[in-house]
Amino acid sequence: MSRLAERIGTAKAEGRAALIAYLPVGYPDVDVSIAAITAAVEGGADVVEIGVPYSDPGMDGPVIQQAVDVAVRAGVGMRDVLRAVEAVAAAGAVPVVMSYWNPIERYGAERFSTDLAAAGGAGAITPDLIPDEAADWLAASEKHDLDRVFLVAPSSTDARLASTTAACRGFVYAASTMGVTGTRATVGDAAEKLVARTRQAAPDLAVCVGLGVSNGSQAAEVAAFADGVIVGSAYVREMLEGRGADGVRALSEDLAKGVRS
Amino acid sequence: MTTTSPPQPGERLLPARPGWPDATGHFGIFGGRFVPEALIAALDELTEAYEAMRVDPVFLAEFDRLQREYTGRPSPITEIERFAEHAGRARILLKREDLNHTGSHKINNVLGQALLTKRIGKSRVIAETGAGQHGVATATAAALMGLSCTVYMGEEDTRRQALNVARMRLLGAEVIPVTTGSRTLKDAINEAFRDWVTNVETTNYVFGTVAGPHPFPAMVRDFQRVIGDEAREQVLEREGRLPDAVLACVGGGSNAIGIFTAFVPDDGVRLIGLEAGGDGVDTGRHAATITGGTPGVLHGARSYLLQDDNGQTIESHSISAGLDYPGVGPEHSYLHDIGRAEYRAVTDAEAMEAFALLCRTEGIIPAIESAHALAGAMVVGKELGPDALLLVNLSGRGDKDVETASTWFGLGDREEVDPGPGLDTDQQPTEGAISNDEAVAGSDAGDEA
Ligand SMILES: Cc1ncc(COP(=O)(O)O)c(C=O)c1O
Repeated sequence: MSRLAERIGTAKAEGRAALIAYLPVGYPDVDVSIAAITAAVEGGADVVEIGVPYSDPGMDGPVIQQAVDVAVRAGVGMRDVLRAVEAVAAAGAVPVVMSYWNPIERYGAERFSTDLAAAGGAGAITPDLIPDEAADWLAASEKHDLDRVFLVAPSSTDARLASTTAACRGFVYAASTMGVTGTRATVGDAAEKLVARTRQAAPDLAVCVGLGVSNGSQAAEVAAFADGVIVGSAYVREMLEGRGADGVRALSEDLAKGVRS
Repeated sequence: MTTTSPPQPGERLLPARPGWPDATGHFGIFGGRFVPEALIAALDELTEAYEAMRVDPVFLAEFDRLQREYTGRPSPITEIERFAEHAGRARILLKREDLNHTGSHKINNVLGQALLTKRIGKSRVIAETGAGQHGVATATAAALMGLSCTVYMGEEDTRRQALNVARMRLLGAEVIPVTTGSRTLKDAINEAFRDWVTNVETTNYVFGTVAGPHPFPAMVRDFQRVIGDEAREQVLEREGRLPDAVLACVGGGSNAIGIFTAFVPDDGVRLIGLEAGGDGVDTGRHAATITGGTPGVLHGARSYLLQDDNGQTIESHSISAGLDYPGVGPEHSYLHDIGRAEYRAVTDAEAMEAFALLCRTEGIIPAIESAHALAGAMVVGKELGPDALLLVNLSGRGDKDVETASTWFGLGDREEVDPGPGLDTDQQPTEGAISNDEAVAGSDAGDEA
């Protein structure tokens, strides 16, 4: 049973979208980042994407790059990520790992899946891995009953929406704008169109929207048409600007209201 | 790449491709597409447009005309006898890509991709550059074809290749110094991908080497293989036989694939890639990806790369900006694993020794990148001896490197300095070992004598 689908379904039963928070492990250090991740849950996040630091984050804008760079230089690795997974599970949210593919490939897809399942993780989101290249991950996640989340984008053809969603388990990540992560002043209408097209391709799969949401009112806007609202850079900014776990908790509270309005 | 479609009108004009990559861009376990989904549509569009264009007689005629009239192809072959005295007296032929317009092999690929950009109706090109040669070539083609051009270049490289930054700006390109990560080629590629995913509707990414996601490795190979196609014929005509070994430096690997491809079916011809050994592979400060790396995923493809236990890319080190890259094109990883090509490392010091030697014995100032291939020839020539015939790709000229080389050799303020003994080719050069007026290794007594 997919734990991500279950949690998003619970939110839906409450008549709202799920709040999905992203924070990387290791900024400013591992312990403080885990405290912040826990605070995101306390503030109301249903799911936490636990970011694996990576040296070449090609899909990320300056905010996430800056935080992750510190973690990479400190040598933060999968062992630290698994600790964060345990912390999120203990705090009562569903932990899902967010990782560029190479750190997982290096750790070993099978070993990663074994250890992730043991730590209480629900699965992984892989922003630079398309299902076409994912044979090892598909097999390992299947074997360990883990969710796997691939991305769709406004540029995806209908055929790719169909094949990508067919490979997903838990939810599909709709990258709402063409571009890298970062907060944006407005949520464009590309997101709503993409969600509608994605639902047509996969009526039974939850569609969560990421890229650009930074506050409660934007979260409310997206919650009106998506099953989940993914927020990353805005959380990371709380950390970069020194507001720490308290800032993260307050942001979660604001966003949690947004997805309920 | 094997095409399943029936032969197109221009197909018979093309040399046969090797049996790789497969239709989805895989060279054995290497290659593929490890990119965000947002880029897949653009990569599919490029692949489709390229496969149609490459067999289109109109394109082939235009590409051929540009190569002859604009680049100056075919590039000549030059035998370097005085240099060869320091390379076991093996015979050495240079393929002179340094004589191309803009000064390196990079123009071969860029003209093809610029024509492709026009064909898919995009008005802007972006590029990454290390040594600046690919950036200069892209800026040049953009000027020629009326495209707007943005080049990403690591801040460290803008400093050590300042001449090329000025050239790009003169040609009308915007040069953006990249200040993230190691501030070199790897980070310039990350920034270029970020630009591309944001502006993909108007923008084509003109990738500079045989790395990156499919179709770049196969497409750039096709555009660069003219080097080896020409050289193979030139050597046969001149010598009546094939070379014993073909040597080229390997950064991402485009000049090497370019000269190797025609010789891949010639089993008796050794293919030798020279990677940047920096301070020495055992010091950890190097860019010798195949020699010192492991398979992994970087910049959109699976290939050898320099990485740590966490899968983080390790910053590379080389005196040569164009080779200072912790990855390598997937076809090289494949050629290595199937044993068709061999890869060796050349240190900064060895490359600079060969650099000085070519300057002083032949009157040719090579790019520091290409000097790695020359250093390889010095070693391989000694291994194979005087009967051997080596073909070396002189991928570029050294104008851009004059400052780096002057600093390396301490040539800045030489007037008052006693010329002293010249470079002894048995020794690693040290700062000041070469003087302004002493013929470096120019005595006719080679170290083998
Ligand atoms: C003259 C020259 N040779 C070689 C290279 C390395 O690139 P590649 O390995 O793709 O040929 C460069 C790159 O900038 C270059 O300028």
